[in-house]
Amino acid sequence: MIPMQGFRLRTSTRRRLRRSGIAVTASWMVVAIGTGAAVAQPVPGDLSARFELEGRFFPQVPVDPRQTANNGSFAIGPRWELDWNRGRQGLSFEGFLRVDSSDPARTHADIRSLSWEYAADAWELRAGIRRVFWGVTESRHVVDIINQTDLVESPDGEDKLGQPMINLAWIRDWGTVDAFVMPFLRERTFPGADGRLRSAPVVNTDQPVYPDGDERIDLAVRWAHTLGDFDVGLSHYYGLSRDPRFLLAVPAGPGSAGEPDIPVLLPVYDVINQTGLDAQMTRGGWLWKFEGMVRSGQGPAFGAATGGFEYTFGGFAGGAADLGVLLEYTYDSRGQQATSLLQSDLFVGGRLALNDVHSSSVLAGGALDLQTGSVFFSLEADRRLSDGWVIEIEARAFGNASLREPLWSLRRDDYVRLAVVRYL
Amino acid sequence: MIEHRRNDPWIPLLTVLWILGGPAPAIAQALAEDAAGDAPTAGSPSPDQRGLEIAREWERRDAGFGDWTAELTMTLRNRHGQESSREMRTRTLEVEEDGDKSLVIFDRPRDVQGTAFLTFSHATGSDDQWLYLPALKRVKRIATNNKSGPFMGSEFSYEDISSQEVEEYAYRYLGDEALEGVQTHVVEQVPVDRNSGYSKLLTWRDTEHLRTLKVDFYDRKGELLKTLTYEDYRRYLDRFWRADVMRMVNHQTGKSTDLEWRGYEFQSGLTDRDFDRNSLKRVR
Repeated sequence: MIPMQGFRLRTSTRRRLRRSGIAVTASWMVVAIGTGAAVAQPVPGDLSARFELEGRFFPQVPVDPRQTANNGSFAIGPRWELDWNRGRQGLSFEGFLRVDSSDPARTHADIRSLSWEYAADAWELRAGIRRVFWGVTESRHVVDIINQTDLVESPDGEDKLGQPMINLAWIRDWGTVDAFVMPFLRERTFPGADGRLRSAPVVNTDQPVYPDGDERIDLAVRWAHTLGDFDVGLSHYYGLSRDPRFLLAVPAGPGSAGEPDIPVLLPVYDVINQTGLDAQMTRGGWLWKFEGMVRSGQGPAFGAATGGFEYTFGGFAGGAADLGVLLEYTYDSRGQQATSLLQSDLFVGGRLALNDVHSSSVLAGGALDLQTGSVFFSLEADRRLSDGWVIEIEARAFGNASLREPLWSLRRDDYVRLAVVRYL
Repeated sequence: MIEHRRNDPWIPLLTVLWILGGPAPAIAQALAEDAAGDAPTAGSPSPDQRGLEIAREWERRDAGFGDWTAELTMTLRNRHGQESSREMRTRTLEVEEDGDKSLVIFDRPRDVQGTAFLTFSHATGSDDQWLYLPALKRVKRIATNNKSGPFMGSEFSYEDISSQEVEEYAYRYLGDEALEGVQTHVVEQVPVDRNSGYSKLLTWRDTEHLRTLKVDFYDRKGELLKTLTYEDYRRYLDRFWRADVMRMVNHQTGKSTDLEWRGYEFQSGLTDRDFDRNSLKRVR
């Protein structure tokens, strides 16, 4: 835990709650309307939707008795796109809604995108709610910062919340410069007290802390260019951190019922400056990757970097399959105080794509913490059953966790996830 | 952690769609000029020279298209006749003094909808290729070294659909032959690249327009592997021949893949900006 340094709880919790309540209700409505429209055509443009039925099975007894054993959920994701003027102008919408059987915090809705874009010869303007990805590595994304992580959705952090923004891209021979103006911070989602795959103590998302206030406009700029075999990006972000640190708090609640007060973690969103660099060299079957960043404003300045390679063997085992192997090392100068699970870790992974009609693929990997010896295993597989139907299997296991690292909270959260997805 | 495969169809190594078009014309012109200088001064050309000349002429006739777009349905059939289909859209931009730029966007199956490949093929050296993963909004530069793997589970390999340039083969003219009543040149093509999945190709091109009508593919062991036939050629802008249907049959597995093309449009004014990394992320 990072000790808190003289923060002021300036935000009116009630106002924040009301605001986020309105946002969630609006998201639900927009997603519901979007799904209705996707199912009941015709509307100009392209409408589609993703429906998912999911089960997650946790074989071990949870760390905290409030946590549930297994959970089932369903999710819908309507999508609509319209473009005109030969793709030089377009509108897009992408909604998301999940209803979870056991963790109310995982029942959530989001507008992943609702935006307009215009492409001129030398520039592009994009306005609305959008998602933007920066980076090249696979095991950790240290440079990616525009969007908030939808952590309640999946522990891998790959799911992101839509970010309201105005983004102007200036496109020249020497690269593309993107400028971002972002008026609202999306707070990170976390599993609730009933949910698995969470920290212990639980994160109380109703009481976020803004030491520098939350009425801010966040800014970012990025230059990206391709030079022969190299793809390079250089970025700077100034604004509220998407990646909160935490403050341990014991609620001064009723307590009179004889129950001990249960400590919670409060997410702290500091104003930070972060400079990032990402680069990839692509040569033959090799991809060499590096991402690094330095951040200040969140306690002492620190840095984090991830680097490694990916190599693909075509025609694996004499057949049609491809096998990609990945080795990455990730370092975070905060060590075990890092908010990520990876601090000085080696990640080894393999991805087998059968290249069959079903687009079957398996992705397996493991991470080893070189300082503590803790390990993490992950396996993901999926296969198209028939047109419009896909089955997904995911298994993750956490081992050798020691008391002084964040992974400790997940030590009994090994799980298997099974999902059937229908695309319409 | 590592990205979810659901978000990453992991369709690596696709190079420029040649089925979509002819060869890189600028290169063809350069070669044609070269050839003019090196032309034999007397006597009839050797079978190797004659084969090369046919290939160069075929390339030359497709030069100058500027840009073109089309839609495509790919139907995969296994030996029991079970079918599965894919739909995609393609754009190609002719680039002077280098290989073409192309963009392929997947519409069906829905689980890969919005996935797109941007390819810059090069006259010399390997191609550049970027994959766009819509679920992650991520543009990923990918390797282009694997040629012989299947494209989207079909009987077309990446090599079959990638940019075909004259220098990629050694040629040998085998003679003229009537193919279903059409007079054709038969040429043997041996791939130069050791990564090729083939020992040789036999091509049948009609003598009048040099349209490819049939190709036999032989595997590395020299056995007949696949046959590709082209049907329903149509001429666009009075010059550019495109087939509406291409059928690939795998003789060793009994599987086949049909490509059906529609909505060909030429010279619609596309520019480099329709083929850059920003364009990959746009609504299409």
